[in-house]
Amino acid sequence: MRTVAVVGASLAGLRSVEELRGQGFDGRIVVIGEEVYAPYDRPPLSKAFLAGTLPAEDLSLSDEDFGAEWHLGVRAERIDPSSSSIHLSSGEVLHTDGVVIATGGRPRTLPGTEALAGVHTLRTIDDALALQADLRPGARVVVVGAGWIGSEVASTCRSLGHDVTVVEAAPVPMERALGPVLGALCAELHADHGVDLRLGIGVESFAHNGTRVTGVVLRDGSHLPADVVVAGIGMAPATDWLHGSGLGVDNGVLCDTGCVTAIPSVVAVGDVARYRTPSGSHVRHEHWTNASEQPVVAVRNLLAGTTLETFRPSGYVWSDQYGIRLQLAGDTSGADEIAVIDGSPDDRKFVAEFRRAGLAIGVLAMNNAKLFGRLRRQLVTA
Amino acid sequence: MITACAVDDLPVGESVVVPGDVAIAVFNADGEFYAIDDTCSHQDASLSEGWLEGCFVECPLHAALFDLRTGMPTCLPAKKAVRTYPVVVQDGVIYVDTGSREAVA
Repeated sequence: MRTVAVVGASLAGLRSVEELRGQGFDGRIVVIGEEVYAPYDRPPLSKAFLAGTLPAEDLSLSDEDFGAEWHLGVRAERIDPSSSSIHLSSGEVLHTDGVVIATGGRPRTLPGTEALAGVHTLRTIDDALALQADLRPGARVVVVGAGWIGSEVASTCRSLGHDVTVVEAAPVPMERALGPVLGALCAELHADHGVDLRLGIGVESFAHNGTRVTGVVLRDGSHLPADVVVAGIGMAPATDWLHGSGLGVDNGVLCDTGCVTAIPSVVAVGDVARYRTPSGSHVRHEHWTNASEQPVVAVRNLLAGTTLETFRPSGYVWSDQYGIRLQLAGDTSGADEIAVIDGSPDDRKFVAEFRRAGLAIGVLAMNNAKLFGRLRRQLVTA
Repeated sequence: MITACAVDDLPVGESVVVPGDVAIAVFNADGEFYAIDDTCSHQDASLSEGWLEGCFVECPLHAALFDLRTGMPTCLPAKKAVRTYPVVVQDGVIYVDTGSREAVA
């Protein structure tokens, strides 16, 4: 293998380059990045960067180029595995032996808002700058979706002094990850800080003045005046460029337990990778930690030309909301019991364990990083 | 020189924070004492709450790994070193030498 193309220049792409060099690959590495920015850290975009307390230069993920060729501001438009070539938006055709797909995804948008000013999604620096510019003093903010990003944006906007309403279709925030009880606790965090949280209700339509959003109409007919709307309703993996490639695509790039696609010289990492678990199902994680961890295994298997190693996710997620640090690890979806094992939710400092058949499979901590760090290493993984 | 704690109060694998203008974390790594800046060089997290393994501590927030001997990060997301401080043990008490702070960038 003389050339490896890394498609995607965010955390998963950068970590792949780092692993390629770290694991001894001394050939040519070509990185293709759609954004013009060198790899940067996305989590602060909804927190300190949006709040204006973290400057853009502090987002940079690396000062090194790892002897790679960085093509930034260029999109991969098509991949042709039969000739091992990638067609770029610049018109160039890149011939390569190995490919790391790290294209991440795009935020879902609210139907009917495409042409409206004042409606935002948040994934990139440019998204954050656009939102920041719109958050003029006194602007009323409506956040659609009370997931991690929506909740963090709500928290940041409150800290900037905005009136904030959060609309969530589910009965509690983050119900799927946290369950109803701990989800309800996250609802309290919003309420504690003066956010108007509308749960269990969907959005009907958007009011506007022809060019700009002016409000959000809910299914029950209520009208929320809004100067700024932020959609935190998930993302879709960026796989359109793989159409016709022969690679399996189904809500992400399908790969085996070691992040290898049906073509052994093509691996996928990060938000876009839908890998097979040892139990046979396919999963995709949209987390920072996953994007950082997967390249270790994917690159090893890519360089070996076969799946030597199986990916084991730590499932670690963190969130900072209203000055409170939330940390979650493990696979909480199959829990049959949730127990608070330290502290108290009322004090906003506690640790809860998610159990299945009596075994700890997940842990959530609020403001208790030390105990969390210990417990997450003791989790039983699937 | 500032007082951290008694040797007996810092068993193997434990850490303590010495508050001050710059908070300092002191670790007992398998019987060796190390002192570094408590705040992670990446973002606001207390390294004293981190996971200690050998003479490395993992930031409790984003898992950046720091070498307690040099303060150097060994992986993302941290890029900058944390400062290290000499530790002196005298009569069963652990002291941190902050006077040489400038010298051990």
